[in-house]
Amino acid sequence: MIPQYILAFESSCDDTSVAILDTEYNVIVNLISSQPEHIEFGGILPEMASRLHLRHILTLTKKALDISELNLSDISAIAVSINPGLIGSLIVGLAFAKSLAWSLSLPLVTVNHMLAHIFANCIEHKEIKPPFLAMVVSGGHTELVQFDTLVSFQIVGKTLDDAAGESFDKTAKLLGLGFPGGPIIDDLAKNGNPDFIRFPRALPQKDNFNFSYSGLKTAIRTWLVNQKPEILNDKLPDIAASVQQAIIEPLVNKSVLWARQHKIPYILLAGGVAANSALRKQVTQSAAKYGIKVFYPSTAFCMDNAAMVGAAAIPKFLVGDYAPLTVNVSSKKGTRTV
Amino acid sequence: MITINLPSEQDTIDLANYLAPILKAGDIITLYGDLGSGKTFFVKHLGKELGINEEIDSPSFIIMKEYLGGRLPLYHLDLYRLKDKEELYDLGIFDILEKGVTVIEWPHIAESILPYQTFKLDFHFDGKSRWVNVFPDDDHKQYFE
Repeated sequence: MIPQYILAFESSCDDTSVAILDTEYNVIVNLISSQPEHIEFGGILPEMASRLHLRHILTLTKKALDISELNLSDISAIAVSINPGLIGSLIVGLAFAKSLAWSLSLPLVTVNHMLAHIFANCIEHKEIKPPFLAMVVSGGHTELVQFDTLVSFQIVGKTLDDAAGESFDKTAKLLGLGFPGGPIIDDLAKNGNPDFIRFPRALPQKDNFNFSYSGLKTAIRTWLVNQKPEILNDKLPDIAASVQQAIIEPLVNKSVLWARQHKIPYILLAGGVAANSALRKQVTQSAAKYGIKVFYPSTAFCMDNAAMVGAAAIPKFLVGDYAPLTVNVSSKKGTRTV
Repeated sequence: MITINLPSEQDTIDLANYLAPILKAGDIITLYGDLGSGKTFFVKHLGKELGINEEIDSPSFIIMKEYLGGRLPLYHLDLYRLKDKEELYDLGIFDILEKGVTVIEWPHIAESILPYQTFKLDFHFDGKSRWVNVFPDDDHKQYFE
């Protein structure tokens, strides 16, 4: 069989990425150009990000074709992420993908950036087959998504207020730690006792698969008021471990319980918080008791990249779910729109 | 300015329920207060009382969320992550202000470019009790005397 190749683009935020995959999830090339220009501003400047995407995308595409020793005539479909993200950045990727699809008369497949993070798992673990439960955890997302097939899914749980990654950032701030909170707390917690303080776990009911993290901020502030200020120095690893446990325990318990109840054999972690070492360890251990296998992407595929966009596009391409050239981008978060 | 004590969650809900019916398109509510002082909780219930069924969660990550389907459109902003007020123009903030009710958390960066009159709520939580200082704009002064 002649392999079919997908050319994929990712430009949701500040990384421009171009990748080529075959429809068996083999990555032929995956190039990422991050934008160090933002560092001196201490944050991302949306307007500058889109201008830099514009500068990088053509060069990267040419380079990807060179490295893969493929021609545009070898490509079977164009894939691009269209939401959520910074509007200006997304527009650059979509306009470029649309132009290529139109000029080459190729199908255009659009994907949701967060779903693409889930499919990053399929690149490295080819044994993954639906049904599976995906836990999407990042600065803007906390969702449990059940996939019955690779193209049909439902959100079975989500945060009612703060996202898990946001909760790491905000609690780190309350404790006087730096940004981003996730890696800092993860590091400190490695030498701490997670049972030092029991902060409340929200929505503990067994039939509730949603999450809530805003109460944790209140709990930490209430607790701090009654402590001596030195405690933040003396017991910091223990406090960090306790906070981390309050954030990840509901993720572990609810995902494993849902998978058990619905006889789902795999749990896939995705998003920035999927890099948290305690989360990975605890989900894996807890799921193993029930014969459920847990997957998470390697660090290289945790960051924004076009290979995962291509991977998410494969099942849609194979069933002929193409986007019209009138399709537009959206900044909306969530996985509601694919 | 008046101070309202908020000993229980229900007191914050009552405030949201009192305010929602007297809002009109073009009103801007600015919310002050530290992390965990109850700002997003207040917006959740303000939205509910405006008739929005969708779950209102934190907009911190994407900075602005739009909720349609209620009596008025609700725009929920969190400017905490913004570094430069120029970015407010990129967000299109001036296109939305007249369309519905705009609620802005961490509005400090926008103060110099927002209309002079905003309805200001300053939430406080000292680890023991909660209260809010209310600074109504001229249109709503009569309801807070």
